[in-house]
Amino acid sequence: MTLDLIIPIIITLVGASTPILLAGLGELVAEKSGVLNLGVEGMMLIGAVITVAVVLLTGNHWLAIVCAAGASAAAALIFGFLTLSLSANQVATGLALTIFGTGFSALFGQPYTGKAVPLFRSPFPPELAADPVWRVVFGYSPLVYFSLIMVVAVWWFLQRTRAGLILRAVGENDLSAHSIGYSVIGVRYLAVAFGGAMAGIAGSCFPLILTPQWVERLTTGRGWIALALVVFAAWRPFRLLAGAYLFGLVMTLEVYAKAAGGGFRVLPSELWAALPYLATILVLVLISMRRGGSSSAPACLGKPFLPTG
Amino acid sequence: MQFQLEKRPAPSRTMRIVTPFAAVALTMVLGAIVFTLLGYDGLAAVREIFFTPLTNSYKWQDLAVKATPLVIIAVGLSVSYRANVWNIGAEGQYIVGAIAGTGVGLLTHTMTGPWIFPLMLLAGIAGGAAYAAIPAFLRTQFKVNEILTTLMLTYVSVQLLNYLVFGPWKSPTSMGQPQTVLFSADQSQPYIIPGTIVQVGTPIAIVVALLVWFVMSRSVFGFQVRAVGASPAAARYGGFSANRTVWLALLVSGGLAGLAGILEATGPFGRLVPQFPTNYGFTAIIVAFLGRLHPLGVLIAGTALAITFVGGEVAQTTIQLPFAAVGIFQAMMLFLLLAGDIFVRYRFKRSVPEATRAAA
Repeated sequence: MTLDLIIPIIITLVGASTPILLAGLGELVAEKSGVLNLGVEGMMLIGAVITVAVVLLTGNHWLAIVCAAGASAAAALIFGFLTLSLSANQVATGLALTIFGTGFSALFGQPYTGKAVPLFRSPFPPELAADPVWRVVFGYSPLVYFSLIMVVAVWWFLQRTRAGLILRAVGENDLSAHSIGYSVIGVRYLAVAFGGAMAGIAGSCFPLILTPQWVERLTTGRGWIALALVVFAAWRPFRLLAGAYLFGLVMTLEVYAKAAGGGFRVLPSELWAALPYLATILVLVLISMRRGGSSSAPACLGKPFLPTG
Repeated sequence: MQFQLEKRPAPSRTMRIVTPFAAVALTMVLGAIVFTLLGYDGLAAVREIFFTPLTNSYKWQDLAVKATPLVIIAVGLSVSYRANVWNIGAEGQYIVGAIAGTGVGLLTHTMTGPWIFPLMLLAGIAGGAAYAAIPAFLRTQFKVNEILTTLMLTYVSVQLLNYLVFGPWKSPTSMGQPQTVLFSADQSQPYIIPGTIVQVGTPIAIVVALLVWFVMSRSVFGFQVRAVGASPAAARYGGFSANRTVWLALLVSGGLAGLAGILEATGPFGRLVPQFPTNYGFTAIIVAFLGRLHPLGVLIAGTALAITFVGGEVAQTTIQLPFAAVGIFQAMMLFLLLAGDIFVRYRFKRSVPEATRAAA
């Protein structure tokens, strides 16, 4: 293989990995606090459609990303209110959020369907990325650099700060955390809102890096892959990074299999399109086998907190 | 004056029945407000979506057609959710059921006989059940969470469908269109009410609901599902195998989704096309919850969701409301229902604030 081939592959791979990495990081924090939010796919769609609308109206990418984060965080707070304040079933409410996000984005996105969205290009001067080798370092959208910074930030927050310790305590043993005097519900609200904001930014990646336009169901199940990634990563940010890039590689294969001929043509393109989902299942099986049944999931994951019994 | 939540000694039966109706009513009120704020005629939207399908008798046959797959799938899902098995990939099992049944249809296309259609239905059930067997195997053997596997397999099934209709199963007479051959008369659902589009799938849906109701309330299987779902530890103590329950829950829900799939293929569609997946499998999740995971409740809830689908089509032509609005109404219904669950488990009690109590 020549450099001319490898470099575009790396750039495609990084682009494909970024949304699932961002959404995964958000969900990781929410799950560490003990909340399972299955609404990632819906929140990503909300983020994606808001991004398209704001970019087309104002031309400002940064504003679009902030609005996407805000809108998805607001959607996450609906989920938070139901599951945390009203202790509704988290699985059902998460599904409802995904159904809502799908419907909302389809309705809201209608006027923007098919219109070209300007890509959010590298923040570095183009001279830096002119050389193909340096393009691998400087040639990405700011969202990519943001996602990498967030990996470190989330790791540092969870492992090195007092607030992170409290968040983990709430997820591992809510009753103890409550009896020491921490607000279990309050911490979980913040974690859920953060998860929503990150899913919204993950949604921004679709129109700004991957497919520069709005179409219905633009995220094609990537939110669910992000959920699986969190399990794969055993709730650790750096393993999440590795997992996201591994899946990015699988998705890149799909892109190249459709474009290129040769050896790829042996298998139907639909098989390549199904590959990320099949790989997810395979990875989940391998993890469960290796762990031998004992899970590293936060102890309170998915369970409602009811201090008064 | 303050209100406090007090846990009920037992979940309220009345509230379990009242809250779904309240959720639908509140959806209309909130929906009218939200869509008015969005710049549409909110009141007209609610009227067209929720009432026109009921008042216009020409629309009743459409209701039956739309409610049929929703009820069949949701009855299966309610069995699964009762057992605490979260099959959210009914859409995939629905697609694979249709594919399996169509496979039999293609093999028997030149044959005639009354046995062909029932055989296709059986193949549909088998296909859906087999596809749901994958997550069942992975869950019982490797403890892999079924939420993710059932969903991932849905995306895989869409690709399988595309592969077949664009490739080996493409009709030779379709002039390049990605579609299978049209099913023959012996392969299609018979019409049962002359002059309407109501086919045999509709009575099948009712029979399925009644049958599952009977099985769930009267048989050991039903008791086992409810016991394992309510308390896995106690059920194990009672000698019920949790793994067997997982298998049964997924096979039943997958098989019924497969049945709905082949009925849809041999009915409204008449052949397989790439547009075959229409999200009935996901909407059925709402139906199952709105029907309180009870087969008879599912019959009512399935009709209610069918009303919104038919009404959404009406609203599209009469007041130019985008069809996507229906999805928002449906999600709102589920949100409000889940929020209303708090009244099932808790009651509001007026409480005297601490300060006044101390002063007294």
